[in-house]
Amino acid sequence: MFTRRTLLGAAAALSLAAAAPMAQAEGKMYIPLISKGFQHQFWQAVKAGADKAGKDLGVDVSFEGPDNESQVDKQIDMLAAALAKKPAAIGFAALDSQAAIPLLQQAKDAGIPVIAFDSGVDSDIPVATAATDNVAAAALAADKMAELIGDEGKVAIVAHDQTSRTGVDRRDGFANRMKEAHPKIQIVAIEYGGGDQLKSTEITKAILTANPDIKGIFGTNEGSAIGVVNGVKEAGSHIVIVGYDSGKAQKDAIRDGTMAGAITQNPVGIGYETVKAAVAAAKGEPVEKKIDTGFYWYDKTNIDDPKIAAVLYD
Amino acid sequence: MTTTTAKPVPAARKGGGAQQKLLAFASLIVLVIGFSLASPNFFQVANIMAILQATSVNGVLAVGVTLIIITGGIDLSIGTLMTFCSVMAGVVLTWWGMPLVLGVAAAIATGALCGLISGTFVARMKIPPFIATLGMMLMLKGLSLIVTGTKPIYFNSTPGFTTIAQGSLIGAVIPEFPVPNGVLILFLVAGAAAWVLSRTVLGRYTFALGSNEEAVRLSGVNTAAWKMAIYALSGAICGIAGVLIASRINSAQPALGLGYELEAIAAVVIGGTSLAGGRGTILGTLIGALIMSVLTNGLRVLSVAPEWQTVVTGAIIIVAVYADQLRRGRAA
Repeated sequence: MFTRRTLLGAAAALSLAAAAPMAQAEGKMYIPLISKGFQHQFWQAVKAGADKAGKDLGVDVSFEGPDNESQVDKQIDMLAAALAKKPAAIGFAALDSQAAIPLLQQAKDAGIPVIAFDSGVDSDIPVATAATDNVAAAALAADKMAELIGDEGKVAIVAHDQTSRTGVDRRDGFANRMKEAHPKIQIVAIEYGGGDQLKSTEITKAILTANPDIKGIFGTNEGSAIGVVNGVKEAGSHIVIVGYDSGKAQKDAIRDGTMAGAITQNPVGIGYETVKAAVAAAKGEPVEKKIDTGFYWYDKTNIDDPKIAAVLYD
Repeated sequence: MTTTTAKPVPAARKGGGAQQKLLAFASLIVLVIGFSLASPNFFQVANIMAILQATSVNGVLAVGVTLIIITGGIDLSIGTLMTFCSVMAGVVLTWWGMPLVLGVAAAIATGALCGLISGTFVARMKIPPFIATLGMMLMLKGLSLIVTGTKPIYFNSTPGFTTIAQGSLIGAVIPEFPVPNGVLILFLVAGAAAWVLSRTVLGRYTFALGSNEEAVRLSGVNTAAWKMAIYALSGAICGIAGVLIASRINSAQPALGLGYELEAIAAVVIGGTSLAGGRGTILGTLIGALIMSVLTNGLRVLSVAPEWQTVVTGAIIIVAVYADQLRRGRAA
């Protein structure tokens, strides 16, 4: 009665034992990255960058993240398992900074440097943060918008969030740049659609109704930007639209001319810089506290440029 | 009358149950030994504590749903119910500023009430459990988002809330083994549920309903009332899970919870409880939950790619249930 079950169990254990040596090569520095996600193309691009850095610098890199961005507890479990492996350093993109503090403290106590990436961690434990400088990126969006509308007239912002770091930075980065460098441009509305396409569509239509002479709208993330495109289409209007991030709908809108262009982050760069900083920190070398991983402006003219295409995703 | 109908059931379960527990326990040991051999980092106090901590929430959920599965039912709403309960704790503690005890009570009461509602759908309105609890799952998910306005509720204003799951009473006595309180709570809940199943009338009817509901009904028992009681008890246990997860992550995350029901059900099934009802043990479920988290943690410690972790976990569930069936086929 016991035999078959016991055999199955033994076989499973043996195969695990056999698989193990492949997993961790001896003597190499090991750096796990715990991300906010795994399946989205954005995260796959971050992973690609991390893997490349691992190869270039001769370290073992692993990349893991929960199925969706609500699974705060799963991410904590992943962080715990990563710490158990006694890594040289660790990369972490917190879903919820508060939940992770006890484990980050544990890492700090064990002398394992933590590198925050993507949106970072609200704590002073990470020795560095590799993320997009959203303020500078949104300022570039403002400059492009100004150029496209002839440096004067009315524009609006459809933002995705008024509390999150990215939401605030992109809104202020755009608005402040307009105020400083393009005084003839007036921002007539800043509305929040939660990154929801439909909500952003309704908001856009309301803005167009209230301001018939508006010249352009900036959508601060993928969902907002697509919402603006839809709203402008539904209202039958023709204004300058500037977006953020990529995704199939946004790329299509840029190709067919509905959207003038957009800012893309550099997910590959985020992964690469995180690993690079982790290796430096593990060796005790100084690292910059804030690492700007870069961003690009893309439009119809350069969307198929290999350098740009590499950081865009569907 | 009732005792005569119910009596053969515990007898039948005892024979199979003991062996099943042994087999499940043996698999757990084999896994632990396998991982320990494969990686020196696996069998370390900190990692074992991490595994236990990771088991606590899923374990409590699994214990709750074991009761329902033994009656021959299923509850798909446990994951989102857990979340809804932690949201209610957040409302009472953070928004209303009430004392800690009331927040915990609110979570458990919410769970019991929602369980009672599910039980009413199943027992009185005769909606199949799969459908009734699928409906509840979606309703509760939506309600959590509505109540919170889709934003997490933090428990920073309630001192001591995080110690419910993260603190360690044992660690205060034996610093070498800082077993998290969440794990103690899991064992307490499991012990209580095992006691209910083996020593109370409610427990006897739980098995009887799963074995032959019609016979129980014909013997003059109000089956609907007992079934509702079991769903309510299971709901209350989900409330405890809600407190645990909220305490662990110091917040009620309204979007969390979907998918947790399947992990809990997997733990129950690995532990040898039959989805057909009438057979199952809490100890088996506990071991099943430990197998799940040992597997997840072990594969991570071995740096197995996450895609393959999912594949292996799925395969283990199939193997566990198939082995169980082989054994039962021969026994019969």
